Amino acid sequence: MVASTVARPVAARPQRPRSRSWLRLVVLLAIVAVVLYPLIWMIGTSFKSPQEIVNNIGLLPERFTPGNYTDGWRNFDVSFGRFFLNSAMVSLLTVIGNAVSCLLAAYAFARLRFRLRGVWFAVMIGTLLLPGHVLIVPQYILFRSLGLVGGDWPYLPLLIPQFLATEAFFVFLMVQFIRGIPRELDEAARIDGANAFGIFRHVILPLSRPALVTTAIFSFIWTWNDFFRQLVFLSSLSDYTVPVALTLFIDSTSQSAVGPMFAMSVLSLLPVFLFFVAFQRLLVEGINTSGIKG
Amino acid sequence: MALTTAPDPTRRDTGSVRPDATRRGTGRIRHGEGLAGYVFLSPWLIGLMGVTALPMLLSLYLSFTNYDILTPFSEVEWVGLANYERMFTSDPSWWHSVRVTLSFALIAVPLKLAAALGVALLLNRAWRGVGLFRGLFYLPSLLGGSVALAIVWVNMFNREGAFNSFLAVFGIQGRPWVNDPDWALETLMVLAIWQFGAPMVIFLAGLKQVPTELYEAASVDGAGRFRQFVNVTLPMLSPVIFFNLVLETINGFQGFTAAFVLSNGTGGPVDSTLMYTLNLYIAGFTDLEMGYASAMAWVFLVAIAVITAVFFGTGRFWVHYSDGEDR
Repeated sequence: MVASTVARPVAARPQRPRSRSWLRLVVLLAIVAVVLYPLIWMIGTSFKSPQEIVNNIGLLPERFTPGNYTDGWRNFDVSFGRFFLNSAMVSLLTVIGNAVSCLLAAYAFARLRFRLRGVWFAVMIGTLLLPGHVLIVPQYILFRSLGLVGGDWPYLPLLIPQFLATEAFFVFLMVQFIRGIPRELDEAARIDGANAFGIFRHVILPLSRPALVTTAIFSFIWTWNDFFRQLVFLSSLSDYTVPVALTLFIDSTSQSAVGPMFAMSVLSLLPVFLFFVAFQRLLVEGINTSGIKG
Repeated sequence: MALTTAPDPTRRDTGSVRPDATRRGTGRIRHGEGLAGYVFLSPWLIGLMGVTALPMLLSLYLSFTNYDILTPFSEVEWVGLANYERMFTSDPSWWHSVRVTLSFALIAVPLKLAAALGVALLLNRAWRGVGLFRGLFYLPSLLGGSVALAIVWVNMFNREGAFNSFLAVFGIQGRPWVNDPDWALETLMVLAIWQFGAPMVIFLAGLKQVPTELYEAASVDGAGRFRQFVNVTLPMLSPVIFFNLVLETINGFQGFTAAFVLSNGTGGPVDSTLMYTLNLYIAGFTDLEMGYASAMAWVFLVAIAVITAVFFGTGRFWVHYSDGEDR
């Protein structure tokens, strides 16, 4: 807070002393070091040999050993590749489910007039604040009594809600977005003979791409990182997703598992990190404008 | 890029191009549109009924039973308020989890917001490289509640961890932070504070909205940096502070992953990381006391609703909207 933040009218003031901006840079670099240290340490440790993990607590390994990655990959009866495939499938299907179902609902809320619209909209806003932990027990009971928990395809309890627009945040985001699309376009399409479905197909859907992309990115990252629901609903090893599989390492507290555990942790963060690199601006602007949290 | 046209919650309904066409028929439903509306809404409606409303009713009912998932529904026993009574009067671990969660939220959330605001102030000037810093600070938030991050944290703060070796450089004797009941929760707080990036970005957006004329006027009046911060920045930023405070508090109450990983799902050491949601998980899915867990969930829901209501109730005393529409 030291250095001058408030003073934006640069032109209105005499040029600030150089020492001040140096000071701020130093402070910022110190914060960068604190923020990045755990991540770099994690990557460094993942390349250390078992002895080095115990003896060398430094940031980087003296000798890079990729062995942890191959060991971690086959550490359990099921290969980590399977866990990654499971996670990828759940995340991608969640993205599709959220994008489709939330856009349909958002179009109805933003553009169509129907009885009780205001009431349903208020209910939708109400569900925004509903913590997932409140629903988990009855949802588990419900899906279990339908034979879907640990069933032929155990991911249904994770995916069904996503195809039914239960992620109210994305509905809200898209409603706000669609409200920004000029109504004249709807009217023009209507004059050309389009009905509500035609307008959705030819006006709203193509113009909603930015909102769909934002939803897709955050939907993917949240699902990839999610642990609670996957922990509750997935019970057999070969069905595990990456986060649930990672906790298996904690059960085996032996010192030799630390390296593989770190290696797989690094790999598990890789997709999110790549998204971050690819969409950094979009992500940051996304939370600017919509308040989406990481 | 694309997001420049993104929805802005604060600006809805204002400048939009909405001639009278929208208000046509004042409330009359255009022919066929009512049906179309429900067609488009149907996935959401089914979801609301099936995945949200019905489970909530089920959960309310179960909270008055001793349901344990193993016995069939037909044999479920109605126990009245027994679950709630047990929670409030004879379950010390429940009270303990309430205390753990409250102290986590009361300490971690303000510190996290302070860090977010402080760094946002440092970054709030246009210069080369600011985007890079912003991105780097945001990264931990993005990795968020992932298991991998929690694993790293636990290992960094155990006896042989990196933090202790850092302390050793200064000749300070470390301790096994994550295994010490006095410090385990604090390491989780540090993890939460470390993820200050998301509120920081929102603060940055808010700081951009503060008109520079206000600072010029204040500085003409002889206000120094500190007074400008207190009398201009803070009031102008209060809606954003409010937004972040509500969101982070609710998030804080729901912390689960890190506490689960740190304690291997037990809430230990000595229940020091027994967050409310972890306690709920243990009751429902470890002890299989689904009725009791449902009661816990309902108390949680009511508590969150009350806290949100308190925020909004007190907010009008300190949240200042520049358009004069103080609510």
